Amino acid sequence: MATDVEANITGKIWHIKVDEGDEVEEGDELIIFSSMKMEIPLEAEVSGTVSEILVEEGDRDNNVEGEPVDEGDVVMRIEE
Amino acid sequence: MFDRVLIANRGEIAVRIARTCQELGIHTIGVYSEADEDAPHTRAVDEAHHIGPASATESYLDIDAVLEVAEQTDAEAIHPGYGLLSENPEFAEEVEAQGFNFVGPRSEVMRLMSDKSRARDFAEEAGVPVVPGSDGPVEDVEEAKAFADEHGYPMLVKAAAGGGGIGMRKAHDPEELEKAFAACQRRAQSAFGDDTLYLERYIENPRHIEIQILADTHGKTLHLFERECSVQRRHQKVIEETPSTIMDKFGGLREEMGQAAVDLADAAEYTNAGTVEFVVGPEGNFHFIEMNTRLQVEHTVTEMITGVDLVEQQLRVAEGEPLEARQDDIKMNGHSIQCRIYAEDPDRNFLPSPGTITAYEEPGGEGIRVDSGVEGDYEVPRDYDPLLAKLMTHGETRDATIEHMVGALEDYTIEGITTNHDMHLDVLQTDDFQNGDLHTSWLEERY
Repeated sequence: MATDVEANITGKIWHIKVDEGDEVEEGDELIIFSSMKMEIPLEAEVSGTVSEILVEEGDRDNNVEGEPVDEGDVVMRIEE
Repeated sequence: MFDRVLIANRGEIAVRIARTCQELGIHTIGVYSEADEDAPHTRAVDEAHHIGPASATESYLDIDAVLEVAEQTDAEAIHPGYGLLSENPEFAEEVEAQGFNFVGPRSEVMRLMSDKSRARDFAEEAGVPVVPGSDGPVEDVEEAKAFADEHGYPMLVKAAAGGGGIGMRKAHDPEELEKAFAACQRRAQSAFGDDTLYLERYIENPRHIEIQILADTHGKTLHLFERECSVQRRHQKVIEETPSTIMDKFGGLREEMGQAAVDLADAAEYTNAGTVEFVVGPEGNFHFIEMNTRLQVEHTVTEMITGVDLVEQQLRVAEGEPLEARQDDIKMNGHSIQCRIYAEDPDRNFLPSPGTITAYEEPGGEGIRVDSGVEGDYEVPRDYDPLLAKLMTHGETRDATIEHMVGALEDYTIEGITTNHDMHLDVLQTDDFQNGDLHTSWLEERY
């Protein structure tokens, strides 16, 4: 069963720490959001395999943030 | 006075700088990113120019883009506000190199003060007290005790190779110091394979007190008293006030700190407005932490009690005018408090809360000032600092100013997004705040 992973904040995607196909454990950091100059991590609430990533990260080398998301948007799916 | 000034900033501070410029008859030039096309600061200036996409790196922080607007619009001076490019020595250098006036100190001084360890050494040489430290390894416990006898307890014993609090211990007396020294040595050896130790004076429950200074290009430096900024979260100030209640406890401290700030500025041949930040310990001992080479967010409370418009003075100094006032002319009139209204959620660990402000109404009346960069039906961008507005009150006494602030907050409507508005009401009505019993961890211990 695939579980929707929702953004915990309104912001922009800064860094996606996993790839599709990765095994993750509950509590692992999946995404770092940036919102109002702060970095906010999103942790996995379930363990499983990252089956789908629906957002794109920015260009961190040039300090440019990725696409905007609103709190509650589905950003990823994890197959339990 | 300048005829044309470019304001290289956004939000409330850009609006505030524009206000003084307009009072002085200066034509104001603004810049805005894609996210700020309809923002209040974009409309507050006489002409506004688009400089890039929402991301600050590609807009407000893009030095070339800002300077291109300055060039095209024949700006004479650039006011950087606070944050963004304001403390970037490269920006100041470029501004100077291209023949514009930078409303701030020389880039050289900015460079010195932006290097924290160089600034500390410089302050020490200028005779300004810093947090006493051994400035090198302490060989044995006898040397440690001698250092503590000279500089006072409590002492912090630190592993040279340490970090994040590992291998760090507090000692309140020689007996504790002996134990702490041995324990730290063991811990440092096992954790880092290096048992080199340093000592530093530990400042218990410190207050954050800063001194506002103003220096012209003719060698005159004035201080405009202190601001108490101990109510903080994540090292970010939340409530500021002047005067500080600590000055009632230690006669002469205000003059001493004011002089120390002036001495530092003079030694650095500092020009324009600046702020010297100190930690102050429970015995009234004060120690330099850093100098902010720009206008502070909380410059407002100083303006409220002195009647000096700091932005006006900045512009005059930048143009080369000498300061008219003498130190004795600067007087304190009553008390002032500032509450920073942030788009953040105190109940969620102060997480940012961007979104759309649906209803918005500011309080007004005698002794109330609001500096804001938002309005009703306005989308607060997710790209910038969460500071929405600053609410200041002024009163004859501290108690009256607090009471005035509570009333002003109750009259302040911000709907649609979560802010720290209610937290301010809560904090202002605590015994600790009302007694002026504050230190820099107080707010985070409470929330």
